[in-house]
Amino acid sequence: MALQPYASKPDRVWYYAFRIYCALVFLFLIIPVLIVVPMGFSSSRYLTFPPPGFSLQYFEEFLNEPKWVLAIRSSFAIGLTTMVCATVIGTMAAVGLVRGKFRGKAVLTTFLISPMVIPLIITAVGLYFLYSQIGLVETFPGMVMAHTVLATPFVVIVVSATLHGFDRSLELAAVSLGASPVKAFIKVTLPVIAPGIVSGALFAFIISFDEVVVALFLSGMEYRTLPVKMFEGIRYEVDPAIAAVATLVIFIAVLVLTTAELLRRRGERLRGIKP
Amino acid sequence: MHPVERPPEAGLETARADRSALTPACLHIYGYMLLCILETRRQGPGSPLQPTGGQRWEKKSSGRGLEIGIMPHKNDVIVEFVDVQKSYDGAVLAVKDLNIDIRNAEFLTLLGPSGSGKTTTLLMLAGFEALTGGNILLKGESITKVPPHKRNFGMVFQNYALFPHMTVIENVVFPLKMRKINKAKAQEQARRALDMVQLAGFENRKPNQLSGGQQQRVALARALVFEPVVVLMDEPLGALDKKLREQMQLELKHIHERLENTVIYVTHDQSEALTMSDRIAVFNEGVIQQVATPDDLYEYPANSFVAQFIGENNMLHGTVEAISAGECSVMLDTGEKVLATSINVDGVGSRTTLSLRPERLVINPGPSNHPNRFKAKVTELIYLGDHNRYRVSLAGNDDFVIKLPNNEATAMVKEGDEIEVCWHSRYCKALDWVTEAGGLGKDGHKH
Repeated sequence: MALQPYASKPDRVWYYAFRIYCALVFLFLIIPVLIVVPMGFSSSRYLTFPPPGFSLQYFEEFLNEPKWVLAIRSSFAIGLTTMVCATVIGTMAAVGLVRGKFRGKAVLTTFLISPMVIPLIITAVGLYFLYSQIGLVETFPGMVMAHTVLATPFVVIVVSATLHGFDRSLELAAVSLGASPVKAFIKVTLPVIAPGIVSGALFAFIISFDEVVVALFLSGMEYRTLPVKMFEGIRYEVDPAIAAVATLVIFIAVLVLTTAELLRRRGERLRGIKP
Repeated sequence: MHPVERPPEAGLETARADRSALTPACLHIYGYMLLCILETRRQGPGSPLQPTGGQRWEKKSSGRGLEIGIMPHKNDVIVEFVDVQKSYDGAVLAVKDLNIDIRNAEFLTLLGPSGSGKTTTLLMLAGFEALTGGNILLKGESITKVPPHKRNFGMVFQNYALFPHMTVIENVVFPLKMRKINKAKAQEQARRALDMVQLAGFENRKPNQLSGGQQQRVALARALVFEPVVVLMDEPLGALDKKLREQMQLELKHIHERLENTVIYVTHDQSEALTMSDRIAVFNEGVIQQVATPDDLYEYPANSFVAQFIGENNMLHGTVEAISAGECSVMLDTGEKVLATSINVDGVGSRTTLSLRPERLVINPGPSNHPNRFKAKVTELIYLGDHNRYRVSLAGNDDFVIKLPNNEATAMVKEGDEIEVCWHSRYCKALDWVTEAGGLGKDGHKH
């Protein structure tokens, strides 16, 4: 939307004002995140901004610190397991919700995605009391189950959107060509909606990887995730290494979400929708 | 080969509409059990709707070899619809007591306006829609309880329905793979099918790298590669532009003539139907109005709907005064008398609509003893090069159209001229009465 040659003076003012406004909104959203990155590379011994100089000391420190390495390992283990569980459950739910014709479908959909809108602290308290009854607090399965509860709605939403865009006549064609309904689903539907499922899975991973409230309640010493560790680092020690950890977490999140977006575009190209 | 065509917006609209119409069909794939239950209830012991086709289908062996042992002869009945009914909501019938015999190796077109039940009929045959009543027989045996993937019909969809994640050759091999045919043989067969639709060399492209016409060719190859006895086509050319559509019509016709398979083709485009079909079944409001060859359909329409739907048609309204030897004398509402061929009239005193084709009319015949002579005034002349169209007012009809070849005699006629129009009673058909608006005036051809 370039400036037209016939633009009047108010048009020009509006054109630049609009651009400046957009830039400000963007900065408003991104600065709090970006400010951490230079701090991670700081040469100072304290968390200060702006950093007096640059060094990789914190990265070195944090990679040599067993508690951080352990936390990274826990986060990945919980995140990946959550991703698998949430993707399987979420995809099946999405297929049922999009394809099925039954009474109360809208109610069920709302119910399924409710963990997204309920304040996390409430879910966390509820999970804590429920899991303490059945001995799941401070266990690996407990963490995975709790995160699956939080991540599944995202998978349902992403996969449902993909399924809505899926042309059912592809399935009819497969059936008319001799594929049983199950085979048609596996050979045609799944590959076509695969990008949607994968981006749903990546979302699920990020939800678990970033989650701190539920993890504070449920993770024990053994399975302390990275965000919990960071929270404690700030709360009790003001450990400057967390800036480095934060930089790493931001990097991972950006990487995963970029992959998800690229997959989504690829999926649309496959289905013949122009991006 | 062709520049990349995007289907026109209108095509997309219909595709979308069709898709929503398919949704109940989709349910059916999973709800096959439901169909069985419905069917058993319908076809319970002692039901009057028992298959009757057993006697009609004679099993003959033939030298021609498909993998199916018994090969039907040409013109044998291959598919029968017996009193088929379909209702989507349990109240309104989308298809009403449909009976039709489809012959082996014929190109049968189901033609009708949207919502006339033609697509529903095709989907019932494909197995994507459950029957509400009646029976469908393939080679004399009921197929209503056979799931769609075991019916062995090739099917071509309007929006191509190519699998986007597979290459062209993988798409064409798909039905063979489902039939567990040896890999090398399947590849060979698929290559031959692609060759037939002139797409050799495109094997490793993805569908989105092809133009619309090429995509539909792949879909065609895929539907034909497993040599189905019956091929179903649901408006396959609807998304293509006019020129390509006309070219594909001829190609489809030639492929059908070569393969000698049965094609059941759904379209709302009458010129497409006339171009390709051996026979055409005209649908309206869930009822087949007429099944006939293209020329019979045009020359001898069974009722006013068919006369209006196929080709151009002039209507005049009147009352039958006398009937004798296939001809009837009609008193027009404006007072003139017309001699017409009696096709679909109830008897003396009944209301009738006369149908006249614009190209069967003669102007300024000079002195002769034509019984049907009318004064008319030319209100509009449209010059079309090889022929001219004249809009005249005749017997109270201001939209009466005459189509005449462009020659020296007709070139004399100008807008505003008073002319004399006449026709032979042979070309004037007395049919069931319809109102001016085109609605049905009586229930004569409805059930």
